[in-house]
Amino acid sequence: MSTTRPITDFETKDVLIQSALAALAISFIAAIGMLEEFNNRILITSLLSLGYLAIGWVPILFGYRASTEVAIEGVDPPVKGPRDLFVGGTVGAIAGVVVSAFAWLASSVDLTGIFIHTGPGMQSVLTFGQGIGFGSLLMIVFCTVLGIFGASLHVMSPTLRSIIGVALGTTIVIAIFEADVKELFKGFRVRGATSLLYTPTGGLTIVSAAAIAALVTTIKVYGKGHGPNAVYERVKQHHTNQSPEIRRRNSWLWGAAGVAVYLVTPQILGKSLSETAVTVGLFLVLGLGLNIVVGQAGMLDLGYVAFFAVGAYGIAMLTSPFRPAQWIPQLDFWVALPIVVIVAAFVGILVGTPVIRMRGDYLAIVTLGFGEIIQKLFLSDWWKPVVGGAQGITNVPSVSIGPVEFAGANSKMVFYLVAILVAGVFVLSHRLQYSRVGRSWAALREDEQIAEAMGINTVTSKLLAFSIGAVIAALGGALFAAKVGSVFPSSFKLLVSLVILVVIIVGGLGSLRGIAVGAIVLIGLLGGPTLPGLLREFGRFKLLIYGVILIYMMLKRPEGLLPSVTRSRELHHSEMTQDAWLDKAGDFEEEEGVTT
Amino acid sequence: MTIPATTPVLEFRNVNTHYGPVQILKDVDITIRQGEMVCLLGGNASGKTTTLKTVLGMVVPTSGKVLLDGEVISGLTTTEIVERGISMVPENRRLFARMTVLENLEIGAYLRSDDLTEDLERIFELFPRVKERLAQKAGTLSGGEQQMVAVGRAMMSRPKVLLMDEPSMGLAPVLVAQNFDIIERINKAGTTVFMVEQNANMALSIADRGYVLQTGEIVLNDTAENLLANPQMRAAYLGHTE
Repeated sequence: MSTTRPITDFETKDVLIQSALAALAISFIAAIGMLEEFNNRILITSLLSLGYLAIGWVPILFGYRASTEVAIEGVDPPVKGPRDLFVGGTVGAIAGVVVSAFAWLASSVDLTGIFIHTGPGMQSVLTFGQGIGFGSLLMIVFCTVLGIFGASLHVMSPTLRSIIGVALGTTIVIAIFEADVKELFKGFRVRGATSLLYTPTGGLTIVSAAAIAALVTTIKVYGKGHGPNAVYERVKQHHTNQSPEIRRRNSWLWGAAGVAVYLVTPQILGKSLSETAVTVGLFLVLGLGLNIVVGQAGMLDLGYVAFFAVGAYGIAMLTSPFRPAQWIPQLDFWVALPIVVIVAAFVGILVGTPVIRMRGDYLAIVTLGFGEIIQKLFLSDWWKPVVGGAQGITNVPSVSIGPVEFAGANSKMVFYLVAILVAGVFVLSHRLQYSRVGRSWAALREDEQIAEAMGINTVTSKLLAFSIGAVIAALGGALFAAKVGSVFPSSFKLLVSLVILVVIIVGGLGSLRGIAVGAIVLIGLLGGPTLPGLLREFGRFKLLIYGVILIYMMLKRPEGLLPSVTRSRELHHSEMTQDAWLDKAGDFEEEEGVTT
Repeated sequence: MTIPATTPVLEFRNVNTHYGPVQILKDVDITIRQGEMVCLLGGNASGKTTTLKTVLGMVVPTSGKVLLDGEVISGLTTTEIVERGISMVPENRRLFARMTVLENLEIGAYLRSDDLTEDLERIFELFPRVKERLAQKAGTLSGGEQQMVAVGRAMMSRPKVLLMDEPSMGLAPVLVAQNFDIIERINKAGTTVFMVEQNANMALSIADRGYVLQTGEIVLNDTAENLLANPQMRAAYLGHTE
């Protein structure tokens, strides 16, 4: 068994499939214009642009996949060796040939009628600016080398693999988030570090990139057992070992530390990172609110943006000096807020009442309709005298507490407000989850009929979920209006509802920490429906990437990034199915369809 | 077996129910007395489950009354009816599979706000196995254990009458026997039981009295012993085997 396998020991079909997929992925990324656009962004001077990174990962991944065989229980795993590298290289080479052929096709036939971005710009990047002949050769070599590299990741020991992965990953992350790292350097008052790492025209220098990789490798090799997890465990251990009095004193210390972090964070983040944090915070609030309806009570609501709109318009109509309906008295934000909250709760009940008899898909479609209706109403001539039609309402004053003003343009100040709202909604969600009401929602989600037979008033319980969700969305909307300073119907499109839903699904339905992760990853990195995220370059491709992430998550990790325990168990039930509850499995399948 | 001469707890008086224009129950009269175990027998689509739904207020009679302790409960909401002391062990147990056993039991006591320790202790006394499984997800229990939790869940609301919907449904013969043993113990411990069942032999072997429902009408009504001996009954429901 230990003999090296001959290098030709592979299934031609598998290799061809992997090559074809790789070639397709690269050509697609090039054809949609991502390659050309990203190529202007230099990551490492004279070595790597974001464009080549966008296609470079493809041969690595498929080289790795093609060379890796699934270990079958009871059979010795295949011996790793030159054969794997050969397979990886072959996949890369074939992909390179196909991609070159695509570049040649684009140069000889005009494809711009179908893919607008397949013009000379793309062809030039695909052939490394060397013309179709020599360029094709370079592309084939490029893909082959990366394919072999991908396969070698499979061949090497797991330790080495993780070191290389972390070193490469860190370097690339530091290169991609150049603007944000610079902001942070500014925040930490170490501006000098910027010129040390990056060139004035953008991008890491080769030396600094190598230095980062070397530093990370050193930390990874010698820092074993001192990582953040280990430190956390040690602190926790230390904490639990102490007497209650010391623990109580320490919890005060932790609280004080938390407040200090809260006060200092926006100052360090700087203006643009604070702006991103504010956006993430607002979507986190909306995500947590929607999670109560979808994750806890199990009602798929696709019109959630309506309540966000109610909150935003409510504040605008009551506080703006330019409100269309001047007969409404102009109020202070803090006076208007309770009114808006009550109205939102009422609207939640109003929308909820006719739809609670419905379930699953039907509920989703009807709520979708309600979301659209509300947006159209805000846009209509009928409501124009009150909400301003397409012109919306402008000059919404910002929030102030006494002499402190949280001006919308000053994202550092707004951060303080949003952080408090996020914390409040987080605590509320957590408390609700383990409350009597939360229990009744869980029962409803599991089996509505039985919940009813247990004496749970399903109508009140569902309406409560709807109106609590509505109130949370309205709070987010109110803050949004005061921050942005104006509200327009176009801010409350269906897309917003969908993005919030994607946030909680990707993060992990029903898991509060998961939703936080989802909001940071999707909204923070990719950006909200209209606002850019940290990966500014991805802005135009945001929806495409959302889609890819969503499909991938549904296929590979339907429980989300940081799932709640129950959901993870539910979705992987086959792994732990016992004969005793085989008869229940059918019920589970049905529910999956409804809740996801 | 003698019929206990105590007062009626649950009564159906000339109950008629309809689903839309279709009549399901026709002039149904049922009387269940304190501490009794009464079974309602019948084939498919005879109206057995509708009868239970009528007790719980999920189906409202078009005419006639359902009484609990002499008070009319038909027309009240399910929540109010459960509050007044009726609870159900549903067909196929239907636990909240993703919740723990303890959470399932707590949901059974959803309408109570007082201390549950005493009730939990009583259930652990009846089913020591349940205590061992408290922290486990209900879906991972074996069929027999699930039945214990389902009964325990229903008992948590301190019902005057416990409704059992097809306790033998979809279970292996060993588990069916185990199930009926559980029901018997609950009944001996003082709870009035109203059971709906297709397995007439099994049900009559532990019940005090039985009603036979046929296309919405009560066609037979006697003590369990008499029903077991009734030739009509044997032909229709008990098979011909001696």
